[in-house]
Amino acid sequence: MLKLFRYLKNYKLESILGPLGKLLEAIFELIVPIVMARIIDVGIKNEDSSYIYKMCVVLVILAVLGLAVSLTAQFFAAKAAVGFGTELRRDLYKHINTLSHSQIDRLGSSTLVTRMTVDINTAQTGVNMLLRLFLRAPFIVLGALIMALTISVKLTLIFVVFTPLLGLIIYYVTKRTVPMYKDIQKRLDKTTLITGENISGVRVIRAFSRQEDERKRYSESTDELKGIQTLAGRVSAIMNPLTYVFVNIAIMLIIWFGGVSVDAGGITQGEVIALVNYMTQILLSLIRLSELIMSLSKAQASSLRILEIFDTESDLLDEGNQVPHEDKNADAVEFKNVTFSYVSSERSALENISFSVGRGETVGIIGGTGCGKTTLINLIPRFYEVSEGEVLVNGVNVKDYPFKALRGRIGIAEQKAVLFKGTVRENMQWRDKNATDDEITQALEIAQAKDFVFEKDGGLDFMLSQGGRNLSGGQRQRLTIARALVGRPEILILDDSASALDLATDAALRHALAEKTDGMTVFIVSQRVSAIRNADKIIVLDDGSIAGIGSHSQLLKECDVYREICSSQLNVEEV
Amino acid sequence: MSDNKKDRGSILKPLLRYLKPYRVQLIMALILAVINVAATLYAPILTGDAVDLIVDKGRVDFDGLKPLLLQFAVTIIIASISQYLMTLCTNKVTFSAVYDLRNDAFDNLSRLPLSYIDSHPKGDIISRLISDVEQISDGLIMGFAQLFTGVITIVGTLGFMLSINVRIALMVVVLTPISLFAARFIAKNTFNYFKQQTSVRGDLTSFVEETTGNQKTVKAFFHEAQAEEDFEQLNYKLKDVSVKAIFFSSMTNPTTRFINSLVYAAVGIVGAFSVIGGHFSVGQLSCFLTYANQYTKPFNEISGVITELQGAFASAKRVFELIDQPREPEDKRDAIELNECDGTLKVQNVYFSYNRDLPLIEDFNLDVKKGQRIAIVGPTGCGKTTFINLLMRFYDVNSGEIILSGESIKNCTRDSVRAMYGMVLQDTWLKSGTIRENISYSKPDATLDEIRAAAKNAHCDSFIRKLEHGYDTQITEDGGTLSAGQKQLLCIARVMLSLPPMLILDEATSSIDTRTEILVQEAFERMMEGRTSFIIAHRLSTIRSADCIIVMDAGHIVEQGTHDELMQRQGFYSKLYNSQFEV
Repeated sequence: MLKLFRYLKNYKLESILGPLGKLLEAIFELIVPIVMARIIDVGIKNEDSSYIYKMCVVLVILAVLGLAVSLTAQFFAAKAAVGFGTELRRDLYKHINTLSHSQIDRLGSSTLVTRMTVDINTAQTGVNMLLRLFLRAPFIVLGALIMALTISVKLTLIFVVFTPLLGLIIYYVTKRTVPMYKDIQKRLDKTTLITGENISGVRVIRAFSRQEDERKRYSESTDELKGIQTLAGRVSAIMNPLTYVFVNIAIMLIIWFGGVSVDAGGITQGEVIALVNYMTQILLSLIRLSELIMSLSKAQASSLRILEIFDTESDLLDEGNQVPHEDKNADAVEFKNVTFSYVSSERSALENISFSVGRGETVGIIGGTGCGKTTLINLIPRFYEVSEGEVLVNGVNVKDYPFKALRGRIGIAEQKAVLFKGTVRENMQWRDKNATDDEITQALEIAQAKDFVFEKDGGLDFMLSQGGRNLSGGQRQRLTIARALVGRPEILILDDSASALDLATDAALRHALAEKTDGMTVFIVSQRVSAIRNADKIIVLDDGSIAGIGSHSQLLKECDVYREICSSQLNVEEV
Repeated sequence: MSDNKKDRGSILKPLLRYLKPYRVQLIMALILAVINVAATLYAPILTGDAVDLIVDKGRVDFDGLKPLLLQFAVTIIIASISQYLMTLCTNKVTFSAVYDLRNDAFDNLSRLPLSYIDSHPKGDIISRLISDVEQISDGLIMGFAQLFTGVITIVGTLGFMLSINVRIALMVVVLTPISLFAARFIAKNTFNYFKQQTSVRGDLTSFVEETTGNQKTVKAFFHEAQAEEDFEQLNYKLKDVSVKAIFFSSMTNPTTRFINSLVYAAVGIVGAFSVIGGHFSVGQLSCFLTYANQYTKPFNEISGVITELQGAFASAKRVFELIDQPREPEDKRDAIELNECDGTLKVQNVYFSYNRDLPLIEDFNLDVKKGQRIAIVGPTGCGKTTFINLLMRFYDVNSGEIILSGESIKNCTRDSVRAMYGMVLQDTWLKSGTIRENISYSKPDATLDEIRAAAKNAHCDSFIRKLEHGYDTQITEDGGTLSAGQKQLLCIARVMLSLPPMLILDEATSSIDTRTEILVQEAFERMMEGRTSFIIAHRLSTIRSADCIIVMDAGHIVEQGTHDELMQRQGFYSKLYNSQFEV
């Protein structure tokens, strides 16, 4: 957590003023019992009404000062903590943006989202608590001890024995209950899981008439939940009564030995009352301290998770790359003996792949799932680094391009149709910020999306909800294709991006693509023979290797894998 | 407001129903609370009395002190034991009532008509069962306990103070509620900032979910810089509201502490003069000071509880809405238990729609003979599942009859109708558990040999055995490491095990690789032998060999007939068919 404190560096003043203010407040609070003791010992004893007035004014002044100092401190603490969170969030976001695809695969996108949101909020709350309490709570404990010491050294012994004892009780109970609460959360997650399963699987469950068993399964899980809740409740219920007993034993001792001391002329009646007050203050502070420690341990765990991301340095850089001089006559894309394996796996996903694609050619890539189709096209925009061999675009190794120049030449529509909250126009301008409505409309037309977009309220101004959820799967896919086309990329990659389209639309799309993408090099990844059979070149992948390259009719003759695929999809006459 | 009150009344009643079985513990808790408060409040009086015995040098009454301290010790023990027992009682009431509530809600969920589940987002139903119930447990039941203790603490303190000194007691009474008002005032203002913070934070979270969750797309479009810029704006907006929200909310404690200090000072001054006046002792003053210090606490707690209660009432409403949702009507008392099925199905003049205003299926007729294959085709989203919904009686027809094996399914028990069908949907659902549990889902008492035989028939025995724990491998709801094709094979094995006389199958589209698809197809063929089957078809070979093709579009059945008949008609089907091979 300390490592993250550098994010407080722009808030040095606030970070000092916050705790300092709380410290002052604590001091004012500690003075109060002493003042009250003076009222009793001096004012009342001497029946000195002006002294009593004076002391009461002191009390009010202390209260006002306490309020002022405390509010100031809270303000600075809030400012520093929120500033900390804001800067940390910005840096983490920037850092995540530099990570490579393989690092994102390893960390998982949902993890990254959690780190960005939940973990940063937890860390921010921790910092806020820390700034407010880390001086105040221990100081009140310490201060109360010191104040007691100034009253009576002997009686302070009672404090010295009981303060750690109370601390131990709080520590012990907290230590036992924290894992229990984690356990409760786990069981609760399990009941959530069963509920979710019963909703998404409702048809299957009812088809097999298993409702009764599911109910039993659910109540078993809630039974467990109730059991652990009861247990945790029993343990944590001990804390308050136990600390109460010990504080009051201490108070009894203070009264008794205080009495002895008063009788001997050591301390005064008012001072006994002050000592009793200090004991109560210590207990309250210790409880606050335990809350602080709990919140800090959560913040600590979150900090470690955040740091883990920061420690992941991007392993794919384009630093220092200049826009290279391209060979106008070179092939648009060329793979030379490319081998690639994912970090997590020992087997290579692609093995010794070589092929070249001329400008304006259309290439189909086909093969079963997991054969490496997506992996192959992901190497063109350098999402992943090849393990061996090289990938060339316009005759230049992709490693020598700045990312922006390389990826700017490529339009890609991914398998998963990802859209963003915003208008259709905003989504369409992702490749080219300055694309005009005309250009966008053209792209929509090719992607067979024009009709449905303009049927919507507002046309290009139609608002997509998060992830484009207010559109059907097929509509989303068509929009991602259109997005890739805006700004006419040199290379267009469609990664199985028409799978949710019905047959008629799919055919119309292929038609339009064939006609209106003159000069564009097009890669079409698909599992359907019909989608690629008319391509200039078809690459058949089988388990990471090329099983054949050629036209539909060539491959039918020469390539067993291709024939097998065709015969499973088309009937005899069509083959 | 009056509406609100009525609402609360109607929620309180069912809630009390859930508390009733635990009324003994509840009453015990209330009694213990009274004892606890009384003892806790009595303790300062005893310390006060004790202080009065310690006056000055040589003027300490040790003989009087001893019994007082003994009394004090007993009071402390009573207070702590009663507090412990009270917590146990409220825990018992809370956890048990919530347990019942949750089980009842789930019980009803499993009996609701599918229309409810289909029309409510999954997340919404889950949050009713999980977080809303938690909110009830934290807010309503625990809240009541706190509210009760708070109120008797206030009443008790008042009583004790009045019995000691009316004048000072009245002064405290007048001054203390100020802190309550102050707390409410701050809370109200904070609420606005918190609302703003929640909304900005929500925006930021969904932005992060979108861009970080889809980091690969952001990279593909070199959109990083733009995203960072947009993020920065949201981030600063959040910073602004957060500082305000956090600051204002943190004002509550210092402010109440301040008012407390004022009360303390007032008690000090008035008390001191009363002592001088002689009708008040120093011990009583110290006792009053303790009270003054603690008196605002229950007010703050109550103010907090009230906020929680409001949330809890809203939650309770949502939970009871689910519990009281009308269930799927029970099977008729004289409903027929279908035990056998001859594989015939007749659909006669069926009308159906999800929504009265939008008729979907109108006057649908179909006559299926044993062993026939019926293909259902149409563009995505055309409503193919509607048909399955009716066959399986997930939904009941509006009018007309579906006659299975000579019996109108309306007159049969739902379970027995459903047991006649084996269903493999494309949306493969597996439950979290072992593979064995999943396959035997159709027949819980199946032996391992039977399970293995079914798996073999479904071509999944070989890949299952390659897994580290074989048939005992744990899988998660979404199938985890299994591929889409393997999941589908498991679903087939599940049906293979019981193999009912009728089948409903959903052919895979693109998510399965070619080789697995061939296996799936083989398994399908094996199952369909001699069985009447309804197939949501994507493969042309399946469609062409079907005995009858039902063509659907936008929820409606638009055409119906064999391949040749439909091609001759030159309608929707022929267009659909031709489009596949026209480039």
